[in-house]
Amino acid sequence: METLTLFLELFWNFFLIGAFTIGGGYAMLSLIQGEVVTTHHWISEGTFTDIVAISQMTPGPIGINTATYVGYDVLFQATGSHILGVAGSATATLALVIPSFILVLLIVRFYTQFKNSVLFEGVMGWLRPTVVGLIGAAAVILIVDTTWVQGAPVFSIVRDNFPDWKSWCLLAAAFAASYWGKVNPILVIVAAAVLGLLIY
Amino acid sequence: MEKKPVSLWQIFAVFAKIGAFTIGGGYAMIPIIQDEMSRRGWISEEELPDIVALSQSAPGVMAVNISIFAGYRLRGVKGSIAATLGSITPSFCIILAIAMLFTSFKDNPWVIKAFKGIRPAVIALIAVPMINMAKKCCKAWWAWALAVAALVLVAFLDVSPIYILLCVIAVSFGFTYYKEKWRR
Repeated sequence: METLTLFLELFWNFFLIGAFTIGGGYAMLSLIQGEVVTTHHWISEGTFTDIVAISQMTPGPIGINTATYVGYDVLFQATGSHILGVAGSATATLALVIPSFILVLLIVRFYTQFKNSVLFEGVMGWLRPTVVGLIGAAAVILIVDTTWVQGAPVFSIVRDNFPDWKSWCLLAAAFAASYWGKVNPILVIVAAAVLGLLIY
Repeated sequence: MEKKPVSLWQIFAVFAKIGAFTIGGGYAMIPIIQDEMSRRGWISEEELPDIVALSQSAPGVMAVNISIFAGYRLRGVKGSIAATLGSITPSFCIILAIAMLFTSFKDNPWVIKAFKGIRPAVIALIAVPMINMAKKCCKAWWAWALAVAALVLVAFLDVSPIYILLCVIAVSFGFTYYKEKWRR
């Protein structure tokens, strides 16, 4: 019974994530994090970061890959069964795709009215900066933990991701390589893994 | 388009190939899709920008949206199902294999060391596309305010991103609607 509830919750949450992802894969990461890490505590910040890294390095869209992985992990952690883990993967992945499916088919029918609609452009003009903020939040949550003690925020560093000063150097180096150096993300991850092996 | 119907299996296979060879997601997929589609005469070069624009504005993952759209053009709803399943199947299998292996490998000291290095880098990789997006779409002061408000609400007040998007959609819809009404 508990397992069934977990499946339903997984389906519903990923369905919502699929329906509300505007602005691509990274926006989807922030939604997945919101539901899976912050709201339901199915996965820790550290594990989520690992999953994002793996999704980035493997073929396919990062958002879909993350959903597939999270679906497996949630069910496997809860039940210890690989088969249920696979079913969890399939549930999360399909739930994520179904809303796009319905919406794209609808949009195809009404595309010409849609494209030049002032209303559509107006809403998108507001949504784009919102999505920027959401992606920023995804990054911030992986760095800082916020707890509220008697109405005041208490900030602490996520030790899973930043155990020492070396990890801050890695963050800075990866940022510089990716932002100014325009280095391919996969190369950045591979280089970070090699550095990790060398310095830890 | 209706000259010679493409088989569903063929649609599945071509999109599976596209899905298997795109690492890094959405934008990396466009040139590959373009090549595969125009080579087979499935979608013309002129149509592609429209499809990409539409897939970007529709909710969900762009690569999947392109598959749904292209599949629909070829064989209707059945075609779009074949294309979608095709494009997600390779990565689904790969990720599952990794997820299963990783649960037994993650306590290996070498794996721990490598991921200790990877984790901070991932955060930089999330921040970079955000900054690039911000430079493109946050030009007015209110756009910055909106971005910062969304960030603070999600990162520090644990508000679910979905609620924020719902609110923004409702408010911007109302705002644009009445602005247009006043103008007329």
